[in-house]
Order: sequence, then structure tokens, then C-alpha cells
Amino acid sequence: MFWASYLLAALAIILAWPAPIALSRAEWPARAPFTAMVLWQSIALAGGLSMIGAMLVWGLEPLGDNLVEASAAFLGILLDDGSAESLGVIHVFAISAAILLFGHLVFTLALTFVRIHRQRRRHRDMLTLLSSPAAGQPATLVIKHPAPVAYCLPGGARSVTVMSDGLMDLLSQAELDAVLTHESAHLHQRHHLLLWAFAAWRSALPWLPTSRLAQQAVSELIEMLADDEALRHVDEPTLVRAIAIVGAGAPPSTSDALDDALAGESGIPLTAAVTGGTADVVSTVPRLRRLLTPLPPLSRLQQGLALSSAGLLLVVPPLLLVAPELLG
Amino acid sequence: MATLGDLERTVMDLLWTTPEAMTANELRDAIAEAPSGEVGRELAVTTVLTVLSRLEKKGLVTRERDSRPHRYMSVTSREDHTAELMHEVLVTAPDREAVLARFIGSVSDAEAQTLRKLLGGS
Repeated sequence: MFWASYLLAALAIILAWPAPIALSRAEWPARAPFTAMVLWQSIALAGGLSMIGAMLVWGLEPLGDNLVEASAAFLGILLDDGSAESLGVIHVFAISAAILLFGHLVFTLALTFVRIHRQRRRHRDMLTLLSSPAAGQPATLVIKHPAPVAYCLPGGARSVTVMSDGLMDLLSQAELDAVLTHESAHLHQRHHLLLWAFAAWRSALPWLPTSRLAQQAVSELIEMLADDEALRHVDEPTLVRAIAIVGAGAPPSTSDALDDALAGESGIPLTAAVTGGTADVVSTVPRLRRLLTPLPPLSRLQQGLALSSAGLLLVVPPLLLVAPELLG
Repeated sequence: MATLGDLERTVMDLLWTTPEAMTANELRDAIAEAPSGEVGRELAVTTVLTVLSRLEKKGLVTRERDSRPHRYMSVTSREDHTAELMHEVLVTAPDREAVLARFIGSVSDAEAQTLRKLLGGS
């Protein structure tokens, strides 16, 4: 059982630094956003599990040959005042750290959920007062604002897409359709759940490069997935124009924007999770580039490789935890 | 049957468009006179007061304390509320105008040309 904890620790380290950095620099995710999304999710899940598992297995090692037996012995010490002689301070420390980390992750997930929902409810309340239903479009609201804005507000049966009248003035009907299809793809594909999980992951472990890289990548990938959905209804030039106009926040004819200085990096705060995906500076550039210079989708072999690594990531840590003898 | 949300909306619309503060009675009369609102019916003053106290709790409405009956007014304009709401959405992109610039700065000449052509054609 000892070696299992070292393998888990090695896996945790790989998944915390080199793997996400490599994936965030790769160019293929733009060619297969769905596969990349699956891989990011398995990296985050397997990373968290390995981190907790490594400490737990290492700490429980003196108590038994496998996790089930050792956990039972540990509970025996806690509840029935069994002998704790075999357990050193360092082991107790590792076990406590594992339990604390697990609690921290679950608690942050719950806390983020509550915060997002509170913010969404307030936002929806204000929308009731400030917007009016769009003509001929179910579950779509129009708000009076000059900036070209479109976003979706998830909420089960009460999910809505919101657009500004500024957007309607700037876009043609076909471009507007592109934007609305894009937003409803966010809702149908439940992107807000992904954003929630990765926002929580980031606020739980802000010092971990993975959590920031993963959140950025996921925000970018959901925009690409929604773009692909929109492309099934409108042609590419229409979508590109719509993205550029919404992304630029200004009519395209003002070429001043083209000559402006480059923008600084901007983070992706909770807001994206609240609204369930919205175009922003960070994601607009790769989205446009991907549409203007389309790359061929990944080959079956490459897709298969990426998906099987995702699958392995989900299978190996639990196996190492529960039944290490199966692997060795 | 109008929902509370519809009532709140009707009351806010009136308070936003009326320059001076209004009493619950004046509000009720104004709602009854409204040509084709979603509410468009006689309301009890107590209903209007309930809606007003909900709106007050949400920080949208305030009342003049020293007058009897109380006179209600909106805290800020509809435009301010909209701007605030849109800020929540747009906060991810503090400098949206720079997106195109950034794009042009980061892609090949051919891609930039294509984009310029697409945008010019709209």
C-alpha cells in the first residue's frame, strides 16, 4: 500500500503542474473542443482525488494492507479508543490533511453554488423589472442598453437569453440568430455546471496553476462548443461578424478600435459562471482565429488517444486507492 | 392573474417615469388608469403597499419619512440600474474596444484581411 501512495503523489504532481500547462499550450483543443473539455474534467477530478488519496493512503499505511481495512482500523481508534501506537504523529498529520482538503473542496463547491445562485436570483429579479420579452422569441428578453450584449442566465425551466437593444441595432437578423443559437447552446449543453465546478476549483486552490489554467481553458472551450452549434444554423462569415461585433462592443466601421493599443490580460471572475458563458476578451481572439483559419478536426486515432487518457485518468486513481494489488 | 413580479415592474415603471414622489393611493390610481398594462385592474391599496415594501427591502424604493401618508420614490433611475446589471455581465471585458486591436495584433495578415473584409461588408 505504501508504493500506491507514492504513485498517487506523483500523479497528483503531474496533474497539478506539467499536464495542465502542456494542455493549455497545445493547439489541438481548438480542433476538438469537446474532447479537450472531457480531458480537462478528468485532469481536475483525477488531480483532486490523487492529492487527497496520496495523503490518506500514506497516513493509513501502518493500519492495514488496503484502504478499506486501514480505514476501518482508523475508525476503530477514533470511536472505540483502540490502540493508536502504530500511528505516528506524521501519519495523523497526513490523514488530517487529507480530510481537511476533502472538506475544503466540498465546502468551496457548496459555497460557490450558493453564491452563484444568490447572484443569479438577484440578477433575474432585476431583469424582471428592466427587460421586456423579445418579439417572436420564446425565453428571450431585451434590455435597453447601448452596448451590444448577449448572454444567457441559466435556471432550469426559467433559463433565459438576454440581449440588448444595442445588439439588435448593430446586427442583421442572421447575425442575431447566430448569437441566439450560440447562447441557447450554452443553456442546452449545461455549460454553467462546468463553469460552476471550475470556478469552485479555482477559488478552493487559487495558488495551484491548474485551477487557473483549467478555468480559462474551459471558458474558452465552451465558447467554441457553442460556436460549433451556431454554425449548424448560420454560415461562417455571419458568425464571425457577429462575434467580432459583440466582442468589440462597438460598430465594426469604427476602425479606431483596430489601431488601439493591445488590451491587458483580464481574469475570469465568478460572473461567467453566473451568466453561464459570455463572450469576453480572453476567448474572443482564439474563437475568431479558429473560424477564420479552420483546422481539420483531430483524426480518429488522436481523438481516441485523448479520450483514453481521460478514461485512464478516471480509472487509475480509484484503483490505486482501493485495490492497488490489481495494478501490481 | 398578475404575479408579484409583474406588479413590482408596473410600480417601478411608474416611479421611474414620474418625477415627484407618489403615495400608495396615487400609485393605485395610476395603475388603474394605465391603458394596457399587464396588471390593468383595480388593486387594493394594501397590495400596493406590500409591493412597495418588497421593493424597499430590495433597495429599489425609498420613502419620505416625515410625510403622512408616505410618499415613495425610486432610489436611482432605470438607466442606472441597467448599467449596473450590464456591468455584472461585462465586467469580464473591461476594455472591449481593444478586442479587435488585439486580434489584429495577434493573427496573420491574411486573417486580418479576411476579418476586415467581412466587417466592411456588413
